[in-house]
Amino acid sequence: MQRVLVWRSWVFFILMSVTSASHAILSIEIIGSGENQIPITVVPFTGDAKLVKDVSAIVTADLQRSGLFKLIDAAGKSPKELHEINYADWVGIDNLVIGSVHELANDRIEVRVRLLDMTKKKELLAQAVSARKDQMRAISHRVSDLIYEKLTGDAGVFGTRIAYINRQGKDNRLVVADSDGYGEQAVLSINEPIMSPAWSPDGSHLAYVTFELGHAVVYVQSLYTNQRIVLANFSGSNSSPAWSPDGKHLAVVLTRDGGSQIYLVRPNGTEFRRLTFGGAIDTEPNFSPDGQHLLFASDRGGSVQIYRLSVDGGAAERLTFEGGSNFSPRYSPDGKSFVFSHHSGGRFYVAVQDFDSRQMQLLTEGGWEKKPSFSPNGKLVLYSSEAKSRGILATVSSDGRVKQRMFPQSGDIREPTWGPFLRK
Amino acid sequence: MKKLVMGFVLLNFLAACASDAPPVAEETAAVEEVAPVVEVAPEEAPAAMAEPTPAAAVMVDPLNDANSLLAKRSVFYPFDADSVPSGDKAIIQAHAQYLADNPGRSVRVEGNADERGSSEYNLALGQRRANGVRKMLVLGGAKASQVEAVSFGEEKPRATGHDESAWSQNRRTDIVYRN
Repeated sequence: MQRVLVWRSWVFFILMSVTSASHAILSIEIIGSGENQIPITVVPFTGDAKLVKDVSAIVTADLQRSGLFKLIDAAGKSPKELHEINYADWVGIDNLVIGSVHELANDRIEVRVRLLDMTKKKELLAQAVSARKDQMRAISHRVSDLIYEKLTGDAGVFGTRIAYINRQGKDNRLVVADSDGYGEQAVLSINEPIMSPAWSPDGSHLAYVTFELGHAVVYVQSLYTNQRIVLANFSGSNSSPAWSPDGKHLAVVLTRDGGSQIYLVRPNGTEFRRLTFGGAIDTEPNFSPDGQHLLFASDRGGSVQIYRLSVDGGAAERLTFEGGSNFSPRYSPDGKSFVFSHHSGGRFYVAVQDFDSRQMQLLTEGGWEKKPSFSPNGKLVLYSSEAKSRGILATVSSDGRVKQRMFPQSGDIREPTWGPFLRK
Repeated sequence: MKKLVMGFVLLNFLAACASDAPPVAEETAAVEEVAPVVEVAPEEAPAAMAEPTPAAAVMVDPLNDANSLLAKRSVFYPFDADSVPSGDKAIIQAHAQYLADNPGRSVRVEGNADERGSSEYNLALGQRRANGVRKMLVLGGAKASQVEAVSFGEEKPRATGHDESAWSQNRRTDIVYRN
């Protein structure tokens, strides 16, 4: 069958080096709190006035947004150095953060931070982080991560990134942003729909689907060079890319042999191997953290449900049985559970199910809640939702307690996906 | 001569307005293709219409006849269904016959779905719908090379809104003539 370029689309590749603060998600609402919030006071950092304000604000906002901390005011006290702290002055304060920001040569800044346990009168953390001045947000998030890790025992995700589609009419942008919605960068901007962004395990590439060629085609694009290749362009629809944890394969859904089926392929678009067989729709593959299994959605049993398959082949095992239909499965980073979109009673919910207990738990109240993905520390779930007739981003903590909604400045957000930890 | 061409052009635009069919570009292409034929016809006098000629030589291309089944370019489905409802099968058969009679024509069959599912499942459902229509076209006489089947899933809805009136418009396969 001849591939004809039916619609001409104008494609703009925007260089990743420019951070655009004006394209931020400005409005963030937080609802709920963790079971036992950790009390903490962040004394405004000292140092260069302009930098200090930003760093302090970002750290405070990060801790606040996690829902796990109770931010307590410093009540006018502002010790600059450790020796200025008189523990007797801080009765009732459990954890104290003090810090300073210093300008270095070559347009670099250094942030020094101390975390003190005021009840035990102990210093929990004393660290300096430095980077280029234009990476001020990244440094601040690193400080938040250090504090978060020390007090919760879990790795922080304040420095990680998310990807999503922003659609306004025919304009579609594939966007990468910080996990707090700031620093939006358009990876692709076209007037055809974009679907299914998927991060490579090392965060260097995004796979995605567009209709620039008149039908659904899978691409893989480097976030460093912005170069891209066509991964799959067979007849019909090519869709739903998902990377294996070792980065050596992607799973994709092709209709080249008839119905929608799952195949494995090399990241350079070679060596296709079919994994599912039959006349059903099999789609939305997702690799387990050990790379041995795939979750996927299939209507082979009548309604759309979630199944698990070994990458070596064999029979697929059905996992969801509650009434309604289930879509978009994603493994947790520890491989012990999976999050998915549950559809029943006319509403879409974000749900989580433990592999051992096989019990489904709804994490949200229901609406248009789709495409959930775990943060790389497994503590948060990002998904798309709707509010005030707009497509928005939302997160819910993995225990369901803390919820956030993030409204874009303009357009509707679709298909968000959380990126990996960035390796240093 | 010019009057004849203008009349023909007007007729085609009327037909285009009347049909629930594809963007203007498609109709314009049809007009451009058929016009040269009109220049030949007057030599043979009106009697040419009565001759059993191939469809392309007839004054009105049946594809642009607002009253023919060919003017219908879309079939609609119940929720989650992908087989063409029996009431619409005649439409597909008419297009199959037309394609069989006009080997130079080709179509792109575009499947769509409403938003109630994940975007990938809806893409797959739209493809299943398009594949079903392609199969019927080929069984009805079209050549496989004349029919391309693609899906837009829920990505290019004809109607937006979280209600059945929008959803029912989006559960649809369109037959789009490419030339």
